[in-house]
Amino acid sequence: MISKRIIPCLDVRDGKLTKGIKFKGNIDIGDPVEVAREYYEQGADEIVFYDITASSDKRDIMIDVVRRVAETIFIPFSVGGGIRNLDDMRRVIGAGAEKVSVNSAAVMEPAIISQGARAFGSQCVVLGMDVKKTAVSKQTPSGYEIVIEGGRTFTGIDALWWAGEAERLGAGEICLNSIDADGVQNGYELDLTALISENVRIPVIASGGAGKPAHLADVLTKGRADAALIASMVHYRTYSIRQIKQYLSDRNIATRMFW
Amino acid sequence: MIAIIEYNAGNITSVARALHSIGQDFIITNDTKMLDAASCAIFPGVGAAGAAMAYLKEKKLDVWLKNCFRSGKPILGICLGTQIILDASEENDTTCIGLVSGTTRRFPENLAADGRALKIPHMGWNSVAFRRPHPVFDSVSAQAEFYFVHSYYPSPADPSAVLGTTEYGMTFCSALAVNNLVAVQFHPEKSGRPGLQILKNFCAWEGK
Repeated sequence: MISKRIIPCLDVRDGKLTKGIKFKGNIDIGDPVEVAREYYEQGADEIVFYDITASSDKRDIMIDVVRRVAETIFIPFSVGGGIRNLDDMRRVIGAGAEKVSVNSAAVMEPAIISQGARAFGSQCVVLGMDVKKTAVSKQTPSGYEIVIEGGRTFTGIDALWWAGEAERLGAGEICLNSIDADGVQNGYELDLTALISENVRIPVIASGGAGKPAHLADVLTKGRADAALIASMVHYRTYSIRQIKQYLSDRNIATRMFW
Repeated sequence: MIAIIEYNAGNITSVARALHSIGQDFIITNDTKMLDAASCAIFPGVGAAGAAMAYLKEKKLDVWLKNCFRSGKPILGICLGTQIILDASEENDTTCIGLVSGTTRRFPENLAADGRALKIPHMGWNSVAFRRPHPVFDSVSAQAEFYFVHSYYPSPADPSAVLGTTEYGMTFCSALAVNNLVAVQFHPEKSGRPGLQILKNFCAWEGK
């Protein structure tokens, strides 16, 4: 049976990790390619790169990172952040990323999803959704609203509706990030994750809130997620990926244990 | 020399990178003369059966593959490359190459496991239960998992063509082998070390 995926997420700015990641001998490593290799060897099932490079003239640096990652690890990886159009997608996929993730740009111009799916196949197009809890209203009947620009801008779009719409447009997967849970390490937003996952027929990656292995166990069972994104808990070496997978495996949650 | 058959279907470069990492020389080509000169052929692919077949026919690569299969030269099919070596595919209702008799079918919509609907495409890591040993799968652990992403699966008419099966709400053929042909539904080039081992084994295989 299919395994639940454990996916470390790396934030990259100007070709360097935004936070140095502690590795062997407690040395700070800032090179995303080296860290990707480390996680690949630790048993990551996939890796997500999030490019937060602000200036567009430095975007080529990320393309070079993508190319080097593709030569180094032989598992799927995706790239998000700053993807505005079909050309951006083509460059990232051409450099060797398996998938490209669109977030704000898809909210502004939903056709980017269908264009991407037509050009590269649905399996290449991930919809990144940043979601905040809101009052249940006529406009947001699910009680969850899509936010963009890192959570600063409310869109008035209902999260559940948007997930269904993205699936209809051809997204192959949803990366669902709870802004409320993000960075707090208190566990994923289980209700939100279950709501979205049970109402779409494409895989859902849960994101935001992972602090310990039990959080992953919860979101992969109660939250019905197909995959779980992790960051700080592995970046600060609080846990290794193998430890997390062993914890899940001991609780009969299928994960890939051999690599 | 290994040849990767070039056609307008996706993951050619990721296969090339994987071969490069195992130190294997290769060429990427759609020229049948150059393909003739190669010792074996990898037939990859991501995309839709209809468009892929149209391109292969235009370049006469369908005929080349048939001749290649008959000649005894090793062939490795990957994903779409595996699906279109059968007679036909339900995707775009396509007549395919027909190296192996059978049909590529779509996963049924009502696929479920443990009372829950399963998602299509089947995307992620899954295991393969091998029915018999095969040189291309030498030194590959039974516990190994492979990366899949697909909505259609190969269904060979002759059960003896099935080399391995995978569970996803149903049992489907995820690896098939007939004479000098091995074809897998998963992506060895994206399946970590076990996947690279398969590519390495294939490059060393004489097709027997």
